[in-house]
This record gives sequence, C-alpha cells and structure tokens, in this order.
Amino acid sequence: MLTVATGNKAVAAAVKEAAPAVVAAYPITPQTEIVEQIAEYVSSGELRSQYIPVESEHSAMAACIGASVTGARTFTATSSQGLQYMHEMVNWAAGARLPIVMANVNRALGPGWNIWAEHTDAIQERDSGWLQVYVGSVQEAFDAVLMAFAIAEDERVLLPVMVNLDGFLLSHTMQPFEVARAGDFIPPLHLPHAIDPAAPGGYGTLTGPEDYFKLRWDIERSMRDSSGVIRETQERFARTFGRKYGMAEEYRCEDAEVIVVAMGTLGREAEVAVDLLRGEGIRAGSMRVRWFRPFPRLDLSGRDVVVIDRDYSFGFGGVLAGSLAAAGGARPFSVIAGLGGQEVTYEDIAGFVRERRPGEEFWFGVNGDV
Amino acid sequence: MFEVRIHSRGGQGGVTAARLLALAAVRDGKYATAFPFYGAERRGAPVVSFVRIDGSPIRISSQIRKPDLVIVLDPSVMDVVDVLQGIKPGGRVLVNAREPRDMGGHPACSVDLTGIALREKLEVAGSPILNTAVLGALAKMGIISMESAKSAIREMFSDPRNVSAAEAAYRELAA
Repeated sequence: MLTVATGNKAVAAAVKEAAPAVVAAYPITPQTEIVEQIAEYVSSGELRSQYIPVESEHSAMAACIGASVTGARTFTATSSQGLQYMHEMVNWAAGARLPIVMANVNRALGPGWNIWAEHTDAIQERDSGWLQVYVGSVQEAFDAVLMAFAIAEDERVLLPVMVNLDGFLLSHTMQPFEVARAGDFIPPLHLPHAIDPAAPGGYGTLTGPEDYFKLRWDIERSMRDSSGVIRETQERFARTFGRKYGMAEEYRCEDAEVIVVAMGTLGREAEVAVDLLRGEGIRAGSMRVRWFRPFPRLDLSGRDVVVIDRDYSFGFGGVLAGSLAAAGGARPFSVIAGLGGQEVTYEDIAGFVRERRPGEEFWFGVNGDV
Repeated sequence: MFEVRIHSRGGQGGVTAARLLALAAVRDGKYATAFPFYGAERRGAPVVSFVRIDGSPIRISSQIRKPDLVIVLDPSVMDVVDVLQGIKPGGRVLVNAREPRDMGGHPACSVDLTGIALREKLEVAGSPILNTAVLGALAKMGIISMESAKSAIREMFSDPRNVSAAEAAYRELAA
C-alpha cells in the first residue's frame, strides 16, 4: 500500500529492506532523519543491524570500511560538510573495492552557512571511484537505495555507490511511495577479497609504481562494466517491482529541437517546463541525468542543449555542462541555478529555454554586481 | 493541480496538517506532495507549509506562489503576514476562527479548531492540536472525502479523539 513520507524516511525504509549488517553514521542536517529512523528500526528490532553511532563522518566511513572488508553489507548517510569531512575515507572505500552504500542528501557547502540543496558536495567526490546516482522523487530514492546494494555488490562492480537526493526538496518533502519488499532482489554479498576476523593476519598495502596504476585501471574497468550491471539491475527491478529507470530519464525528446539537461528535482521540474514550452509551439524535451558516475551517453546530436547545473567548479564552469561538452561535443547554454536552495520554478526553466544562447554561461538571478 | 498553502506558527502542527492532507488525498486515489518551507524557524514564529494535489504524479518541487486554497491555522499570523498573497482569483480561505472573517472578498470558511481541540482535550505541551480537526473542515469543503480524512488520521494517530475532533469540525464548519 502507498504511504506518504519524506525522502529521508524512504531511504531508511529501503535500508531496512536491504538489511545491512552494519550501519555507522553521524547526524547532519538535512540527512539526520535517515539515521534517526534507522536507529529506531534497530532499537525496535525491526532491523537486525549493528548500529554504530560514531563521533564524526570520517569515522562513519572508516567503520563502514572496517566492517565491509570482512564481507559485511554496510550503509551510511551524510550531507555536505559531513561528506567533506569523510573525503579521505570516501576515496579509501573505492580504492579498497568495498561495496558500501551511502545516501548523500545534497546540501550546499559553507560558508556562507547554508543547509539547502546543491550538488557541489557530491560532485566534489566524482573522481573518487564511487558510482553516483541522483534521484528525482521519494519513490525513486527508495528504489535507488535498493538497487544500489545490488549494483555495488555485483562482482563485476565491487565499488561503492552514493545515492543523492536534494536537501529539503526531497529529504523533507512528503510524497506517496510504495515500500517494495526486497525479498531476494539483493543477492547475498560475497566479497572475494574479504578478510576473516577469526584468522587475524597482517596485510601490507604499500603498492609501488610498478603496480599502483593497475589497481587504478581495474577501478576504471569495473566502472565501465558497471553501466551494464546498472542496466541489468534496473531491468530486473522493473520486472520485479514494475518501475522502470534508465541511466537518464528522457521526456518528449523524440522530435525535440532543444533539450534541457539537469539532475535531481530540477530535472523533474524541467519536464513541466517542457509541457509548457510545447504548448507555445517550442519543441522541447528533457533528459534528467540519473547516473553521473558512470557518466551516461546522451543522444543530443543536432539539438540545442540547455544544461542546468546546481553546482559549480570555480574557474571552469558548471560541471554537468562541462561533462556534456566533453562527452558529446555539445555547445550547451550553461545555466547555473538552484545553488544553496535558490528557488527555480518550471516557469524559470522555460525562460532559460526561450532565451538560450548556445555556448554561453548564465547565472540565474545574477545581474552584473550582486 | 490543486495547490494549498497553510499558515501557522512553529509548533502548532502546520507541517503535520500538510502531511495529513496529502495522505488523505492519496487515500482518495490522487497524487499529492506536502512540504514545509524551511527557514530559520523557531517555536512560535510564522511558518508556511504547502500541499499539491493532482490526478497525475507531481513533478514540481518549487514553492506554491498562486494557491487555490489558503488555510490559516493561527489568525494572529495575519497581523504580520499577508496570507492572501498570490491567491488565485476566486481562491478559497479556511480560517481557524469562531466568527466568519472578511478575507478580501475571497470565499472564506471559518471553524473554531482551537475550541474543538480544547473540548477534545487534544493538547501537547499546553498547545491545542489543530492539525487533525482541520481535516474534517477540509472534508466539509470538498477538498478530500471524510472517509479518507479519518483514514489518514487513524494511520498517523492512535488516539480516537483526533477523529472526534475532525468530525466536530465537519459538523461545525460555517461557510
């Protein structure tokens, strides 16, 4: 039966279904409700996990790494400054090939101190070797967490997965969603390089110049293979639970002359802008990028492209726009909008499309000196 | 798309009222989203919550600027906030008040939610709980069915006085 709950509660409900052996976490707004709810599940006995309330995000990921390396299923959640504090261990988790699943509630980085939605926090981890998916609804948050475990733990992948949901716009927004019973959707985890705590030993991990690059290439090979695993898992999910997902969600793109590309809730709002523009005779479509790592191939050839980045790389530009330009040679109209929770409506998005200037960058709300 | 803005003060249950309304709409077979505006709230400060109800999945996350219905759980916020801001032409207003109030010519209903909550002894930390009673008023206004209102309340609250409060508001709503 459908229930109505926030994105945070949906993530916690999905974690309950996936039943990780270990959850280690530290609270941070707007993520806190996720780990509070998981703690309640553990305390009531609904979830039989070891819950480790650690003293920092760095320790949260370190604890997940320590548990995961024994072959245990692990989960944590964080946001913004917490993800930054975790950064060293985030890289370690991927390098050690540990299929940890983490929910990151996207929030702007301080200063100025801001608790609202922005993607720069997760984008700063894009080169760490984690897979990254960005969701657009509460149901999708639930579904993505369930699939994240299956994808991360697949032996062709064995890389951690970060599920991203927009702060407040999803974390604290209540929408109807269905709690799918995981059943045997996520096979038992078999970690081929697990260590056995019952047979203690010493491991030297110093890797010299003659070998290190091989480990790096192996991450990239798995990252490339992960596209196929994601596709398989999403197809299996659709067969099992009836909801279909792609690497990106295309909307009215078939005959589109201009396509809006965005991630998260802005990507869903863009669909409403597309309907509005179609009503005016502008053949618009939208592609909501779900998987940012591995980066999807989008068919944008021959169309104008308007990219909305809820992130920024100083001295370079919007990261999504830059990625599309690099991947497909597109000359997008790059819109920087929604930083720190800046309100962006479908009418605003329709305006970006009407007044697009391919190859240029536009900061929404900024006119000369701020 | 039917869009609702709820005005209350921090701690009065405006967010829960939004969730209950969304849940009742879902029980009516519709789609709904509910979300508060998160600023630097504290107890007692004026706050707003939003609800969207539609026959199709809702893809809009931005705030509601042109509500079809404005709910005022605490009339004292009207001294400091323009609760009618952006309301659609012909948009309706529901006010928690004993007597009908003039709401700028908009069709306005009033019901004494505070009185009902006090009668039912629905209080938390000395404050009357208004968010379950208001569902009865919304059912009377035809926004949701009374059956779904009661079902939503029962799903979130075990105390039967919450349903009694909604039934009282349904009976007492004055148009």
